[in-house]
Amino acid sequence: MIVPIPPLYEAPAQPLLEVANLSVSFPSEAGPVAAVRGLSYRVSPGEVLGIVGESGSGKSVSSLAVMGLLPPRARVAGSIRFRGNELLGRTDKELSSLRGNKISMIFQDPLSALTPVYTVGDQIAEAVEIHRKVSKKAALDRAIELLTLVGIPEAPRRATAFPHEFSGGMRQRAMIAMAIANDPDLIIADEPTTALDVTIQAQIIEVLRTAKKATGAAIVMITHDLGVIAGFADRVAVMYAGKPVETGAVDDVFYRPRMPYTLGLLGSLPRLDLGNRVPLTPIEGDPPSLVHLPPGCPFAPRCPMRLEVCERAEPELIPMPASGVAHSTACHRSAEIEEKSLTSADIFPAAQASEQPANRIPRDQRPTVLELAGMVKHYPLVKGSIIRRRTGTVYAVDGISLDIREGETLGLVGESGCGKTTTIMEILSLVPPESGKIVVLGKDTSVISGPERFEVRREVSVVFQDPLASLDPRMPIADILAEPLETHGVPASVRSGRIAELLKTVGLRPEHAGRYPQEFSGGQRQRIGIARALALQPKLLILDEPVSALDVSIRAGVINLLQRLKTELDLSYLFVAHDLSVVRYIADRAAVMYLGKIMEIGHVDQVFDLPSHPYTQALLSAIPLTDPRMERARRRIILRGDLPSPANPPSGCRFRGRCQKFADELDDVRRRRCIEEQPLLTVQGAPGADHRAACHYAEAYAVLKDVAG
Amino acid sequence: MFLLRRLVYLVLLVVLATSLTYVLAALALNPRSNFEGRNPAPPPAVVDALLDDLNLNNKTPMLKRFGHWIDGLIHGSLGKTIDGGSVNDEMGRRMGVSLRLLLIGSILGSLAGVAAGAYSAVKQYGFSDHLMTFVSFVILSIPTVVLSVFIAIGGTSVNDLLGRRMVYNTGEYTPGLSNWTEAGITDRLEHLILPSLVLILQGFAFYSRYQRNSMLDVLGSDFVRTAQAKGLRRPQALIKHALRTALIPMGTFFAYEFALIFIGSIFVEKIFTWHGMGEWFIQSIQRNDVNATAAIGMFVAVLVLIAGFLSDLVTAMLDPRVRRS
Amino acid sequence: MTAATGISKSDSRGRLVLRRFLRRRLALFGLLMVVLFFGFAYVGPDFYKWNYNQLDPAAFLEPPSASHWFGTTQNGFDMFAQTMRGMQKSLIIGLVGALLSTAIAALAGAAAGYFSGWTDRGIIALIDLLLVLPGFLIIAILSPLFQRRTWLIFVVLLAAFQWMITARVVRSMTLSLKEREFIHAARFAGVSNWKIILRHLLPNMSSFLVIDATINVSSLILAEVGLSFFGFGVQPPDISLGTLINDHWQAAGTQDGYQFYFPAILLVALVLCVNLVGDGLRDALDPNAGMGAPR
Repeated sequence: MIVPIPPLYEAPAQPLLEVANLSVSFPSEAGPVAAVRGLSYRVSPGEVLGIVGESGSGKSVSSLAVMGLLPPRARVAGSIRFRGNELLGRTDKELSSLRGNKISMIFQDPLSALTPVYTVGDQIAEAVEIHRKVSKKAALDRAIELLTLVGIPEAPRRATAFPHEFSGGMRQRAMIAMAIANDPDLIIADEPTTALDVTIQAQIIEVLRTAKKATGAAIVMITHDLGVIAGFADRVAVMYAGKPVETGAVDDVFYRPRMPYTLGLLGSLPRLDLGNRVPLTPIEGDPPSLVHLPPGCPFAPRCPMRLEVCERAEPELIPMPASGVAHSTACHRSAEIEEKSLTSADIFPAAQASEQPANRIPRDQRPTVLELAGMVKHYPLVKGSIIRRRTGTVYAVDGISLDIREGETLGLVGESGCGKTTTIMEILSLVPPESGKIVVLGKDTSVISGPERFEVRREVSVVFQDPLASLDPRMPIADILAEPLETHGVPASVRSGRIAELLKTVGLRPEHAGRYPQEFSGGQRQRIGIARALALQPKLLILDEPVSALDVSIRAGVINLLQRLKTELDLSYLFVAHDLSVVRYIADRAAVMYLGKIMEIGHVDQVFDLPSHPYTQALLSAIPLTDPRMERARRRIILRGDLPSPANPPSGCRFRGRCQKFADELDDVRRRRCIEEQPLLTVQGAPGADHRAACHYAEAYAVLKDVAG
Repeated sequence: MFLLRRLVYLVLLVVLATSLTYVLAALALNPRSNFEGRNPAPPPAVVDALLDDLNLNNKTPMLKRFGHWIDGLIHGSLGKTIDGGSVNDEMGRRMGVSLRLLLIGSILGSLAGVAAGAYSAVKQYGFSDHLMTFVSFVILSIPTVVLSVFIAIGGTSVNDLLGRRMVYNTGEYTPGLSNWTEAGITDRLEHLILPSLVLILQGFAFYSRYQRNSMLDVLGSDFVRTAQAKGLRRPQALIKHALRTALIPMGTFFAYEFALIFIGSIFVEKIFTWHGMGEWFIQSIQRNDVNATAAIGMFVAVLVLIAGFLSDLVTAMLDPRVRRS
Repeated sequence: MTAATGISKSDSRGRLVLRRFLRRRLALFGLLMVVLFFGFAYVGPDFYKWNYNQLDPAAFLEPPSASHWFGTTQNGFDMFAQTMRGMQKSLIIGLVGALLSTAIAALAGAAAGYFSGWTDRGIIALIDLLLVLPGFLIIAILSPLFQRRTWLIFVVLLAAFQWMITARVVRSMTLSLKEREFIHAARFAGVSNWKIILRHLLPNMSSFLVIDATINVSSLILAEVGLSFFGFGVQPPDISLGTLINDHWQAAGTQDGYQFYFPAILLVALVLCVNLVGDGLRDALDPNAGMGAPR
């Protein structure tokens, strides 16, 4: 389905929203926290402004300030003008007449953002009833109309459902419906797609485009995902530590960034289409604490280009006319960057990935570290606490086969509900699967004995997604690292030495071993998690979304660490992720899962450059690239509907309910096969190639290269 | 049906609890001593005959006595009291008395508490919030006995102040006045004021604290922010969205308080001399009245069962997330 | 998303909690008072002239005076000594019972939540049964049994009917903590189950358990008073605040009312102070989300 993208707008004279020198601070136990420090931007009618930043950049707080929805203890200064009228200092009554009417907001987590006790239809109708004098019936009719507009099927029936009965994507559509109910002039979307799967994210962005067309509204899109901005925004403001550091038209900022932070950020993101052919340029250090901001530029501690003046005086946002219309940056050395057209590789030292020694031997001749053959894991659905009753089955993993050789990294990708987390939990439990086989380092789990299992645990370890939740907050990290050592009988005298060694390996200081996890930043915590995984010198490391929960500027550092460790310690990785760019960068092979089955598997370049399964194609198409021109020109495959529940998979091919090929390209005769027969993994391309896909009508299609015009 | 299954389970529990109570009572209490303690002591044969008649003879094997009791239960009879009267009749009478005592006070107390708690949460850290929190705190620290005594003597002071008998601190009514005359009703109400005040204060303290906490949990929720983002003014958003959601856990509390109020009534009935279930509860144990004790045990267990069932029902009514799990 | 806090100073959690607690003056006051109560109850009688079971034949039913601080009873017993003796009993019953109750609740709840299966079902059934059983009634019925023995059995019974609701909460906390990644990490490293419960699960509920134990102290004191008032708990010749209230409540409102007022008010004060400490602990251990740094 090709979707036309509207052309860029020129900035007209009267701005719709004008924020000038906005400052917001909060009192806290440790002192006042300056969340926003002098933010200024303009939004013209019908324009999309993207505000990009990481956690602590102040982007969400600024949008709440515009709506007047900050908690009472917040101190706000500056000016916010909507259509020329000042909003700051207005009463709740005055602002309420604007909210939901002329300015509306879409929040991040739709489950908690909708009231659980009222139906979705009622909540949307309420938005109408507040501002217009209409009958209840008329409001409800309008709600149904809006639900249809945002693409919710069977709208009249769905309107009587409660929020918890909707899936994440549908809830977000309902929120968008609520936001456009009264034809607003401005929509503020605060991380609207962050909590959603990638294919659902693509759908929601489409819905936002539809909403924009239907209402003619301007949109302020707040996110940390630069790819989303590249494809959707007209202008962008990059925020760091509460202040904008670069603003301008989206092409200017992405192709001609003039501020080291922006440069570093763009350079640190792995490229989906280029993989590890382009090394990542990580930004050192962490985003600053807003409580004790040092004088000078807040980015200075992490900036390789810093000078003495940078640490003394904070730079102002100044225009750079040679780099684009209304392109401004806050950096003392922007002029220099512009003059020399510096790129991120020039400024930031890049790490080169070296080859693993094992990789020099062909794959078939290396020993197998992990093998799954037809592995099955079902969960019973039960109700009741004492008298339990089985009401159904969740087919979490329904027969998957894969293998990992020594020194190899396999990336396992898929969206929520595909079974990738279940898969690794099964592997790690080292118990015989319901059906099929799991062989870990040569030991079959169905015949493994208790002591053998204990031994295997030395060789296989795991790194989890959420660095805060994966470390016991009550234990100092020395104890956390000591635990696996102690459990496996490493004597105390050896332990402290090993702990210091581990900390150094992951780039942390051994003196900090007495501290608690909360005293470290997210990136550091993840490194501690990695250190713990390495404690017993394993051969296989299973990583469950190790960088998803980290700030964007920190991811590159951890990814590089993982690369380095892989080579130095000759490790094999099973790398589970939903972020395909990271998988492309670090994996040798990739497997795509959907509803408990593998859809496509093979060498990473094959799978990404020539995907043969419609799902892989749709997945790759849905991921936004940080390249505005390519984003605008790409052909998009938008899937239909939601992810089906793993308790109720479709017959035959699991993917047929959403498959674009099934819906658009096949005739009824050929469709019959998809409905009745489950496709098996078959070799694609040349015989013997390391590339298989499970589709009756598999056809290679270079999604990432397909651009119109 | 989920609820039906739950009901069966709860009934089983009640049966188990009641049986246990009977057995424990039969083992620990010694009705024989009542008779033997008299002066002159009746001959053993007479005592045995009396005890047999009441099904309280400890020479009869436990199982037989228990069986007899259960048999009576199935036919609707709870046996005989230690005085030879019918447990059913006594219970019926006393239930009425306790109900009259507790109904008004507990309802008023809970309503006042919920309203105060909600208000207090909205005006968090304001003067009224601090005052209400402090008052609730103090009241919850006072045992029911002490509170009842203080209110009782307070009533006397009020009477002295007003110069006439306005409130009574003894008994349910003045004997001799007919029930349905104006004077009779006024008299009963006057007797009701003081004990109800105890219940109102306790209910207020309890519910206001829990409602406040429940509200505070909800006030910071995202959906309240969404409601405001739609254009609802803060008070409207709070009442329509926050309060309604904060009531969900309160459903469970209401139901359990309803059952537990009975325990509290024990003290109120003693201090204010009302002849209800609470008083009977204490007396049966003190007088070794096994049948009555077992019957009361069953009564309380049934109350808890009703409470548990009600709380599930109310929660399902208030919270759509629970309904079709 | 992680909050950007940077590396703060090495403040151990304990110190942070202590700082917050000390800031709440009421809680501090409560703690001080409880300590004072303890002191008076246990050490005070050593400095006081009269003993709790000593009769003063020269002073029957006398109001408070210099030699008899709280006055005397009809039989000539000294009220202050008796009240202090009663307070000893109430304090010890409250403390021991609370610790016992919380310990049972923690272990049972954690076992139920962690092991699931039949362990879970069994413990839940037990909890439900005990909740349905009228605790007050059962203890009252059984009171003749511990008449001559020490009050320890009484405390055990009190604790036995107090732990259920807490255990339920511990169970649901365990169910959600169980899925946290650091528990998985420990399991997959090979750490044994009970070690996980004791080393990882329970310490992460410690704030809840501490608060619960404190609330249990006041609940148990009140329960003891209620039972002793009717003669079912602590029984004569032993003294507790409950027996004293039973002995003297009818004197309230009369000129001899001091016999009632002193034990009653001290009881209320004790419970109030314990509750203040519990409230302060709750604020110190789990401060309301409201003062954190924004995103």
